Amino acid sequence: MAMRTAFPFSAIVGQDEMKLSLLIAAVDRSIGGVMVFGDRGTGKSTAARALASLLPNIIIKAGCRYNCEPTSKVPCPGGCGAQKAASQSIPVPFVDLPLGATEDRVTGALDIERALSLGEKAFEPGLLARANRGFLYIDEVNLLEDHIVDLLLDVAISGENLVEREGLSVRHNARFVLVGSGNPEEGELRPQLLDRFGLSVEVKTPTTLAQRVEVVRRVDNYGQDADTFVAKWTDEEAATRKNIERARKTIGVVSTPDTVLEAASMLCMALGADGLRGELTLIRAARAVAALNRKKVTTIANLATVAPMALRHRLRRNPLDDTGTTVRVERAIKEVLGA
Amino acid sequence: MTELSASPWEDALTVAALFATDPAGFGGVVVRAGAGPVRDIWLGRLRDHLSGSVILRKMPVSISEERLLGGLDLSATLATGIPVARQGLIAECDGGIIMIPMAERLGEAASHLCAAVDTGFITAERDGMTLKSAARIGLVLLDEGASDDETPPATLLERCAFRIDLTTVSLREAQSDHVATMPKMSLQDCAYSHQDLTAICATAAQFGIDTMRAPLLTLRAALAVAARNGHQSLEQDDIITAARLVLVPRAVTMPSAPDNEAAKPPVPDTPDTPDNAGDDTIENKSIGELQDVVLDAVRSALPEALLAQLEAGITKTSAGRGSGAGALRKSMKRGRPAGVRRGDPGGQARLHLVETLRAAAPWQKLRQAHSARSGIIVRRDDFRIRRFVERAESTMIFGVDASGSAAFERLAETKGAVELLLAEAYIRRTQVALVTFRGKEADLLLPPTRSLARAKKCLSGLAGGGGTPLASGVEALQLVAETARSKGRTPIVIIMTDGRANIARDGAPGRPQAMEDALTAAKRFRGASLTAAIIDISARPRGDAERFAAAMGARYAALPRVDAGSMRDLARALDPTRR
Repeated sequence: MAMRTAFPFSAIVGQDEMKLSLLIAAVDRSIGGVMVFGDRGTGKSTAARALASLLPNIIIKAGCRYNCEPTSKVPCPGGCGAQKAASQSIPVPFVDLPLGATEDRVTGALDIERALSLGEKAFEPGLLARANRGFLYIDEVNLLEDHIVDLLLDVAISGENLVEREGLSVRHNARFVLVGSGNPEEGELRPQLLDRFGLSVEVKTPTTLAQRVEVVRRVDNYGQDADTFVAKWTDEEAATRKNIERARKTIGVVSTPDTVLEAASMLCMALGADGLRGELTLIRAARAVAALNRKKVTTIANLATVAPMALRHRLRRNPLDDTGTTVRVERAIKEVLGA
Repeated sequence: MTELSASPWEDALTVAALFATDPAGFGGVVVRAGAGPVRDIWLGRLRDHLSGSVILRKMPVSISEERLLGGLDLSATLATGIPVARQGLIAECDGGIIMIPMAERLGEAASHLCAAVDTGFITAERDGMTLKSAARIGLVLLDEGASDDETPPATLLERCAFRIDLTTVSLREAQSDHVATMPKMSLQDCAYSHQDLTAICATAAQFGIDTMRAPLLTLRAALAVAARNGHQSLEQDDIITAARLVLVPRAVTMPSAPDNEAAKPPVPDTPDTPDNAGDDTIENKSIGELQDVVLDAVRSALPEALLAQLEAGITKTSAGRGSGAGALRKSMKRGRPAGVRRGDPGGQARLHLVETLRAAAPWQKLRQAHSARSGIIVRRDDFRIRRFVERAESTMIFGVDASGSAAFERLAETKGAVELLLAEAYIRRTQVALVTFRGKEADLLLPPTRSLARAKKCLSGLAGGGGTPLASGVEALQLVAETARSKGRTPIVIIMTDGRANIARDGAPGRPQAMEDALTAAKRFRGASLTAAIIDISARPRGDAERFAAAMGARYAALPRVDAGSMRDLARALDPTRR
């Protein structure tokens, strides 16, 4: 049965920082995904799901359930590594990790049908296989069970899913971008998991009355007649999609002058951000913004735009101060970058 | 036909009629009432409004995830040898209503219900299969909570448009005859204007309601009311009724007084093009008027007690928010899945059927060849049992002596020590609460919360001065601790004081009586078997705090000798749930 078409990304009112972070994640996968924090009813899940329909296609080996690249020679559990196979273009996998997903479904497990009927031991790929080279979306990530979190951390770090159960020993690639959303009031996110996310944004209810009215109007129209509503936004959606595609191609030639690299380092040092991942994320995200704006050079202004989302979750020196991190970042931006 | 001052029962009937027109669109109704004839009558009226084809099913609070989401149909699978899926309860009720008695005890099932209400679909990834089914459901949450703290999870409450309270409705009133009015027109035909939408959003904002769901649900309710009244487009009364039914139960703050309202300029819209400048001012003016009228009408409909509460700044909803999170954790404690392992079922362990089947499956060919039996042959080695995490989460309750004697000496250090302990709480993800005592009585400054930032804010704003009402402090702490314990958490009480009580329990000054009262309170505390520690904040400990700690059965530590490291050790040593 057909899923109701997702709410168009371009139709989301305001929430510019969140939308930019999702676009950056789509352009440069190495940045590592987005964590969206916010209260109830602020449109977090809507935005993440809306992104899915904007993503361009990928090329895989035809029929491969693990989304292997056509030129890949790595043996794949599905057996596609052996012979040369045709290529197939599929939409970027955007896999929802629902609440209550059991471990066997996430990692993959014994194919029970084959085992019962034919007595064969075969591996049934799970969500991680399906999400390879794509996105894994976790709604209410702070409610996720600990043993599933441990699993995801393992896989996110190594990029490989290793399954040892029921007499099976299977290994396959599992490189995906994590997108998570959650309400911080419901519970703290483990720092190890938070660190896996490249960018983090906070969303709040729109502050102006006009924006609120527009949100309600659009959501109501969408609810009444989704297809008509979506049709109105096709042009803008197509433009955004083209922009993402072009940015992905041109990001390789966007140059980052030394001044910008130095500024990034100074900013991270001023804020006391842990490790070098903060700087790397900062620079990559700034470059992605330049690419999205069709510029060939990354500028300090790009740095200032992405600094809050790249750094606010890496400053947790003082756990009692988490409400102040955005302010700290903005203050540091003013001092260091003079922006 | 305005229903400006309808009685709770009349409102309840209106809600039943409105909800029945579009259960999935309105999300749900929260019915606060004990089980009894009044509630049954209301449910009967709801059924009357529903057309025959709409399913109305009951869901027990302790329903298993498999039954809720769907999964492998074991008997069919075992019979045919091919995996056969079975739909869960949520999918079975597509297009209908799920009724949940004792909704205040809802645990993990709440998240799945929320997902279904949000998207209209339910996805289950379990037992080796993906099941996605349509699930346009509405909910009826039967909230049987006794105290203000017991409410269904906040995430569900937010998605339910209506909340009705039948606790004050008498049986006689409920039994009086009412004619059910059916809507005169379909919902699609009713039109609304930009003004109407602005008025609704502004009213929601004035009541401090942040979520965008509230105005959306109010709009839908207003359209339903208009359809029921036969209006072609939204009228003021429709909006007022909808606002009263949807927004008032969620109100967080009091809208500003009427005279201030008139003095304030009308809320500015986004700048329009110069052509519309003339129309703009007129529109602004009439929007402002509509808002005022709606606000006044709704404000006059608020019950007295709620008004007083709102004005004092304490609201039911804020308490509800905290306890919503608490209720969720309670059932997590009782059985959060944490994987599966080999083992024998029976006794404490529960068998995990599907994993057992999976373990037995590869061997079937071999076993069946060597045995006369047909069907699946399971051996002891194949048994898999479920594991649950029974982490009893703790709540750290701080009692801070902010009296003059303490303040003069060590309040700043006390605050610092509390902050160090809060950092410990963060690492182990416990809740914290803050009770202060000074002057004549004790004060619950911060009810148990997971937000450490809030705790820090409360702490930094704490001022010192006044006498030391130690007995009241201990009593207040005991109360908070016992409440936390009743919610399934383990309380840890940490009192920072110099132990020199000089205000008795009734607020009268005088050291001897105060010390006696304090010792009595301490003994009572000890009788409640609560974990506690006293941290002596006096510059030169004179034994008062130590004697007090002994009477309470609490650990004792003196602040002068305490630093970050020993604070950490103390916190760890205190925690009974430590791994």
